[in-house]
Amino acid sequence: METSTAIHSHGPHDPHGHGGHEDHHELGFWQKYVFSTDHKMIGIQYGITGLCFLFFGFCLMMVMRWQLAYPGQVLPVVGPLLARIIRNDGMNSGGVPGVMTADFYNSLGAMHGTIMVFLGIVPIAFAAFGNYVVPLQIGAPDMTFPKINMASFHSFWVGGVIMLLSFFSPTGPAKSGWTSYSPLADLADQGAGVIFNGQTMWILGMVFLITSSLLGAVNFITTIIQLRAPGMTWMRMPFFCWVQLITAFILLLAFPPLEAASFMQLMDRVFGTSFFLPHGLTMGNHLVNAAGGGSPLLWQHLFWFLAHPEVYVLILPGLGIIAEVLTNNTRRPLWGYKAAVYAAMGIGFLSFIVWAHHMYLTGMGAAVSTFFQTTTIMISVPSVIILTCLLLSLWGGSIRFTVPMLFATAFLPEFGIGGLTGIPLAFNSTDLYLHDTYYIIAHFHYIVAPGTIFAIFAGVYYWFPKASGRMMNEFWGKVHFWGTLVCMNIVFFPMFLQGMAGMHRRGFDGGATYDLAKPVIHWNTTISHAAWLMGLFQLPFIFNFFWSMKFGKKVGNNPWNATTLEWSAPSPPPHGNFTEPVAIYRGPYEYSVPGHNVDFIPQADPQGPRTDAGAHGH
Amino acid sequence: MEIPYTVSARPDTGLYNAKIGIWLFLASEVMLFGGLFSGYVFLRIGAQPGYWPHGLLNVPVGTFNTAVLIASSVTVVLAWASLKMRQFAQYKIWMGITILCGLLFLIVKLTYEWPAKFHHFGAYIKKESLAKYEPYLGNNYLAEKGLPERVEITGDLEDEASLKDESAKTYVFKELDAVNAEPTNPESDRPTFWPRPLVEKRVVIDKADVDYASMFYPRHSAYFSAYFLITGLHGLHVLGGLIVFTYFWLPVGANMYKRNPEHLANRIEVAGLFWHFVDLVWIFVFPLFYLL
Repeated sequence: METSTAIHSHGPHDPHGHGGHEDHHELGFWQKYVFSTDHKMIGIQYGITGLCFLFFGFCLMMVMRWQLAYPGQVLPVVGPLLARIIRNDGMNSGGVPGVMTADFYNSLGAMHGTIMVFLGIVPIAFAAFGNYVVPLQIGAPDMTFPKINMASFHSFWVGGVIMLLSFFSPTGPAKSGWTSYSPLADLADQGAGVIFNGQTMWILGMVFLITSSLLGAVNFITTIIQLRAPGMTWMRMPFFCWVQLITAFILLLAFPPLEAASFMQLMDRVFGTSFFLPHGLTMGNHLVNAAGGGSPLLWQHLFWFLAHPEVYVLILPGLGIIAEVLTNNTRRPLWGYKAAVYAAMGIGFLSFIVWAHHMYLTGMGAAVSTFFQTTTIMISVPSVIILTCLLLSLWGGSIRFTVPMLFATAFLPEFGIGGLTGIPLAFNSTDLYLHDTYYIIAHFHYIVAPGTIFAIFAGVYYWFPKASGRMMNEFWGKVHFWGTLVCMNIVFFPMFLQGMAGMHRRGFDGGATYDLAKPVIHWNTTISHAAWLMGLFQLPFIFNFFWSMKFGKKVGNNPWNATTLEWSAPSPPPHGNFTEPVAIYRGPYEYSVPGHNVDFIPQADPQGPRTDAGAHGH
Repeated sequence: MEIPYTVSARPDTGLYNAKIGIWLFLASEVMLFGGLFSGYVFLRIGAQPGYWPHGLLNVPVGTFNTAVLIASSVTVVLAWASLKMRQFAQYKIWMGITILCGLLFLIVKLTYEWPAKFHHFGAYIKKESLAKYEPYLGNNYLAEKGLPERVEITGDLEDEASLKDESAKTYVFKELDAVNAEPTNPESDRPTFWPRPLVEKRVVIDKADVDYASMFYPRHSAYFSAYFLITGLHGLHVLGGLIVFTYFWLPVGANMYKRNPEHLANRIEVAGLFWHFVDLVWIFVFPLFYLL
């Protein structure tokens, strides 16, 4: 029924009729690759920049893993090289080039977190895939505000460059954790120039990254509301578009409080205010020269008000990618589409009222703790609904184990491990013990690394043919998958054991100074070796990615026999996306419809039954 | 390629793109200022007695600025309405007045309100030395009346440059604020609408008795930290709005009007929505910092 109303409501002239054929003039290099306003190019820009940052962030971790496995020893080859590049003495502990100082270890940790979250995962999972895929999936010619879209990428880029430049500041990059807790972060790197020091540059970088997210979020939401093609009703949108919409709302509303907090920290650092400095604060036995009257807890509240919803920003787009890949390769509709959509909305809402479960250790009192542990447990319900929908979609499917599908299949149990190990952390009493141990590290990495990053890989392999017109090599894809899967689990699983034994997550020597870590400290070397091996297993991916761009097998519009709208556009789609006006006739996952001789019916195919997503019973 | 619904509304949503965009942007702005205001609440609730100053801002000037900003919110609507009625000359006038109001607001803020603060000085007296400065604090009197104690002496310094001189052992006031000059005058019990003039009185305070002292810079106290940050950010928003208004007041607007008057009307509507928001923020700033 909704079909006819949606089509008619579009009025007499069809705005989608302007597609591809008009802009045939060639753009110059700068306009095409740098100052592009085309959502596809911006998506690719975000994607490639994001992947580079992802690898860079991983490299920081590989350096840290040396220190954890072999504390105080010279890092071979890379160490002396770093000692020369970095301006301060970070890799020159005790005058020995290649030995890490504790400060530099802290910097690496802080920057690993910052880069992975804000410069790696969000730009790829949200900005890159969202920019490239969402307008294609809803049948839009571009984003609603192409210039703002470009500004969003440029702002992101500037933020990234500032973060990178901070490695060359006299103090080294920020070293107070990716959370930048005050007063630690307020007072770090003081006296080393007002702006050109690690922590201040971290704040400035964050301000640019936040701006970029806000511009992107406004664009995504407006585009999805305004530019859906005729017939693309809400319940016919692919699940991926739904989660991008919800993610955009989270970014839009959760990021500004962190921007406010960043301004406050900037004021504290540059103008000597005391938003986060309490009365009578001493540092190194000296009274800090500030008015006081501030509150360190204020920073924590504002930070986690962003950073918990941020967790769902990291995972929701991943779930969306998995839903697309899974349905395509099981040749079955998404089980419980509507339930999954409502669950994603539930996550979006609940994610705003769980933040203080990161702060149980601050002694909030029983009433507040109870509130936050209740909401935290509540949010696991919609998460489980989505995971259940994805799992049940496998039931009775004739599964094609393509490379994207391998990553998608592995995602399910790995995300499950990450989610289930989070439950003890939701409860005040157990969290007090596990707080700040390696258990936490293992828990959230299971969500983000074999979770979201696997989803990202699945997405790259899945949409690569759309963006380039060529397939990625399957054999090297499988090598990449199996190597990464095995190493990933050897890296993170032992961390649960270390954490439960009480090993602290920020120890610069990997727990050597603590007796209680003795029984589990031997895992450090195993983990480090697995991490480096995992680094090696990324090389086939990098090579495959660039090689396939030039030499991959050429494919047509729809190599995966998929139903969603992006596969009705040419590969790669031209400026304006569709060569002819598009209209949508059915839900997004019409696979294996009984009584049809092909096992998929594209959304834009006028032949065949007209349905909504959750409305059919096969 | 053309993006649909940049000017005309999409029938099923009833909105053109930019209108949705600006409402979303304003939602994020609400969260930004919401974060700042909740910071204000957090710090104020946590402030020790006497450490959250009152009556340091000039209320009549603030009231004037509030009126100016509200007036500009009215004129921007009139500018938009003129465009809707296709009266371009009127639009130019109303928009011109809006811009002038915005400028006036900024001028008052930047040439009078802020600089006046930068020349004011305050010294927080240590708990154990409060009795020594009783003539300027009047704490016995306040205790009798059940009012919170006073811990700060404020006024104008004899020589501001002396603050940089680390060897100086004292702060020397040449004028005191009325509350410190006449601490037992019932008029000093609570802030007044009309600011009371400074009283000429040379007062010397030992640095050893002082907890923390500063000009009324952002660093002076949690109160001024919040005041300068929030009014500063608000001022930047006013400036941003002015830039957009001026852009559409210049020939750019006229050209757009000639091509498609509805396009310009939409742009002014969207910019006007932003302007109302900036106004609304001030409606919160004014009572929180000036009155309460």
